[in-house]
Amino acid sequence: MSDHHQHPAHAAGDEHDGHHGGHDDHHAHADHGSLKSYMTGFLLAIILTVIPFWLVMGKVFDKSSTTGLILLGFAAVQIVVHMVYFLHMNTRSEGGWSMLALIFTVMLVVIMLSGSLWVMYHLNHNMMPGMMPDMHNMP
Amino acid sequence: MSKTITFTNEAVSAVSSSRYHVREHHPENGTLLGFWLYLMSDCLIFACLFATYAVLGRNYAAGPTGAELFDLPLVALNTSLLLLSSITYGFAMLEMQRQRLRSTLIWLAVTGLFGACFIGIELYEFAHLIHEGAGPQRSGFLTSFFALVGTHGLHVSFGIVWLVTLMFQLGRHGLSSENRRRLMCLSMFWHFLDLVWIGVFTFVYLMGVLP
Repeated sequence: MSDHHQHPAHAAGDEHDGHHGGHDDHHAHADHGSLKSYMTGFLLAIILTVIPFWLVMGKVFDKSSTTGLILLGFAAVQIVVHMVYFLHMNTRSEGGWSMLALIFTVMLVVIMLSGSLWVMYHLNHNMMPGMMPDMHNMP
Repeated sequence: MSKTITFTNEAVSAVSSSRYHVREHHPENGTLLGFWLYLMSDCLIFACLFATYAVLGRNYAAGPTGAELFDLPLVALNTSLLLLSSITYGFAMLEMQRQRLRSTLIWLAVTGLFGACFIGIELYEFAHLIHEGAGPQRSGFLTSFFALVGTHGLHVSFGIVWLVTLMFQLGRHGLSSENRRRLMCLSMFWHFLDLVWIGVFTFVYLMGVLP
């Protein structure tokens, strides 16, 4: 806190939001975004959308698993970009409560997705016809 | 000595200004936080549908596969329409901050138009699939596909209804504090739908056509 106030530029008073990085983030009105932040997010989103489509439609990699993993990576990055630049998510909005709700939701989603996939994969695996040699002997 | 005094004065003014902001934004923050919690519960609905698709997505039941059905150029067009509608909504929010009612309404109309085109293309795709005999009852893959993509489409449709309603409200009452709060809620809803679509086009369409 005290570092901010010793900064010479800050003595000029209230600066406009969004243009000076982290210096005036503690002002409440920094949450609603600026043209610069929207355009940054938009350009990043375009890049992060075009590359996955190009990877699949241009058949860049031979192995599907490589392409799949890269696609998931791009999707994760793009979701974070949308969160930060379009939804204006940060640790300070609503006094940190939105971030807390987000972390809780992400935790639930991860548990549910990984749990479902894990259980259902094993179920499919065990239900394969070849895995049951004693089927004919059953009453 | 004088330096110390300046710092103290500044600190005092900073404290009082932040107090002022907290007081002014307090009622607004309650709604926005509540709406954020709604979006998080919506996120859980979509997570369930994604999990269903992840489990059933390869159960074709000797029917058509994703690689045979999906038309990627059409999906790319849909994706760009939704992304464009996101940025035009952002422009509407910026115009709202500048208290310009007319240009806010114009950007909202453009956003709604992009959203309507998105829904139109999606309905065309669904009609095409059902016409080919690849309706939701064909296989587990198609059931989970229609459930996930259809739920997203329904959300966008209701978002458009909300948007049009809000445009009438803006036309009647102008940029009052209530309408600004409503615009902010719809902004979160609209950007959230674009965020879900990232998951849909990556996980369903792009990964669905991989061999």
